Amino acid sequence: MTFEYKVQGGDFTHAGYASSQVKKMLKQLDVDNVVIKRVVVCLYEAEVNIVAHAWDGVISIVLETDTIFMKLTDNGPGIPNIEQAMQRGFSTASHEVREMGFGAGMGLPNISANADKFLITSEPGKGTTVEITINLNSTAV
Amino acid sequence: MEKGFFHHALTIREDICTGCSLCMRVCPTEALRIRDGKARLIEDRCVDCGECFRNCPVHAIIIEQDDFSRIFDYKYRVALVPAVLHGQFRHEVSMSEISAVLKSLGFTWVYEVEHGAEILKPAIDDLMDMRTLPRPLISSYCPAIVRLIQVRFPALIRNIATVKAPLEMAAFYCRRVLRDGGAHNAEIGVFYVTPCAAKIAAVKSPVGEESTPISGVINMDFIYNKINRTLRNKGELKYGDDHAYSVNPETLAWSLTNGEASCINGSTLAIDGMNNVTEFLEQLENDEITGVDYLELRACDEGCAGGVLLSSNRFLVAERLRNKARNLKPGTDSPETEEFKNIEAYKEYLMNKVRITEEIMPRSMYRLSGDRDEAMKMMKRSRRLMCWLPGTDCGLCGAPSCQALAEDIVRQRGDISQCVFIRESNMGKNLMDMERSSEIMKRIWGDNNFTKNCNKKGAENESN
Repeated sequence: MTFEYKVQGGDFTHAGYASSQVKKMLKQLDVDNVVIKRVVVCLYEAEVNIVAHAWDGVISIVLETDTIFMKLTDNGPGIPNIEQAMQRGFSTASHEVREMGFGAGMGLPNISANADKFLITSEPGKGTTVEITINLNSTAV
Repeated sequence: MEKGFFHHALTIREDICTGCSLCMRVCPTEALRIRDGKARLIEDRCVDCGECFRNCPVHAIIIEQDDFSRIFDYKYRVALVPAVLHGQFRHEVSMSEISAVLKSLGFTWVYEVEHGAEILKPAIDDLMDMRTLPRPLISSYCPAIVRLIQVRFPALIRNIATVKAPLEMAAFYCRRVLRDGGAHNAEIGVFYVTPCAAKIAAVKSPVGEESTPISGVINMDFIYNKINRTLRNKGELKYGDDHAYSVNPETLAWSLTNGEASCINGSTLAIDGMNNVTEFLEQLENDEITGVDYLELRACDEGCAGGVLLSSNRFLVAERLRNKARNLKPGTDSPETEEFKNIEAYKEYLMNKVRITEEIMPRSMYRLSGDRDEAMKMMKRSRRLMCWLPGTDCGLCGAPSCQALAEDIVRQRGDISQCVFIRESNMGKNLMDMERSSEIMKRIWGDNNFTKNCNKKGAENESN
């Protein structure tokens, strides 16, 4: 099954909708709570990244019996140095975003730690694509 | 207890239910459906929150209670009274009067539940010091919340604070005191005056516990009416009872919103009302919430002051109780006598009993099947059905929403022809005739809704 959710940059109010929808589906499939949590953490962090940094974006989800694949593509400033962005605590979030409790520089490292497969590509000035795959049957990270 | 069996205190009286479907629309776990013109409960989804009871316009939902005469099966008869009972009466009505009325009904000892909170406060603070536990810890006080987490948010079960309720602590204390005075356990009956259905369910089939020290429950509205009648016919009763209100002012308001959270160390938050709690737990489960150490969650607006078995306005009850707490001076009217040592004296004994020992099990309402392939098939089918269902959530199919109907269908609890939009469209294509369509409508809503009835609520000759 495939699902698509649009994300609006700057709209923190509605962030988390996709996570809630996906969470309900995984509960229907009786996926282990630990795995659900990993999926939700990845998806929510990646969605918040779009909201915090990009102009807009799309979340595409492919849900199969054993795996979930989530691809988040945005139109935004892109990431000039991915290696740096992957470091814990590194953040380019604005003061405003940090005030709201986001932008602690844990987003990408957190996604990477919770995903079974994680791929990030970016073109400065154009946008970023994050691809996350999680095996629905294993509980170990 | 067999898996899949849940005790519910709420019963739908079919002879009274008009099938208006209001309960179905307010149920936070979509546990109700309409069939044959009556509301039907899906038992494994019900969390005993009492929203249906609160909203039923014809009082067709009743809350079971133990037969009052059962108290006389015991030689020692304890009434465990929550502070919100007292909060329902005017300021002039003293606890001694209430206690005297309860004794005139046959109880031998009247004890306030909130004493038990004096044991719980340090027990919860101990848990808060255990750094290995997940944050926030969620209060286990409200049984409807514990059940809501089991049903809708199973991932959060590990956050539930594994301590018993003040009620149980108070009951253990009373039993111990009476035993120390020479009574046998079998001679002691401890009866709880309950403000809600969830507490009854918790006493009758406790979650995370093997047994309970409570012998039975008496509904608070029953006691409220008894007390009110007696107070209005003064003279019939001698007010010889010297019961002093001895609860610690800090824990007296434990059952009210923020009454518990304000007693716990650390960063705490109190949320009341099923919808508010559900919204928050949804975010918590998504990992969107940080910086909260302890969560006090209550199913009812204003906490237990809004319990479904209370008869007075919840805001007045809460205000009176808070006022009472402000005016109490700690220790000044402690009734410690030679006969009854107060609860502090049994702290060590009670602290050994305070933790929940059995595991709290998930009972997910979402799970379509335990078999992944099967669940996937069902989910695909339910989503295909949603392509056709209108998404209006009109409820005419007898389910609370289009999605609920779609899931009912894949669980083989429903049929697509229950949807009035599908039937209309099929009739337009000559795939169904009018007669068949109204037959289906009657199967859902019963025959009565298709005939004139001037006695119904709001009609010409309204009469119940």
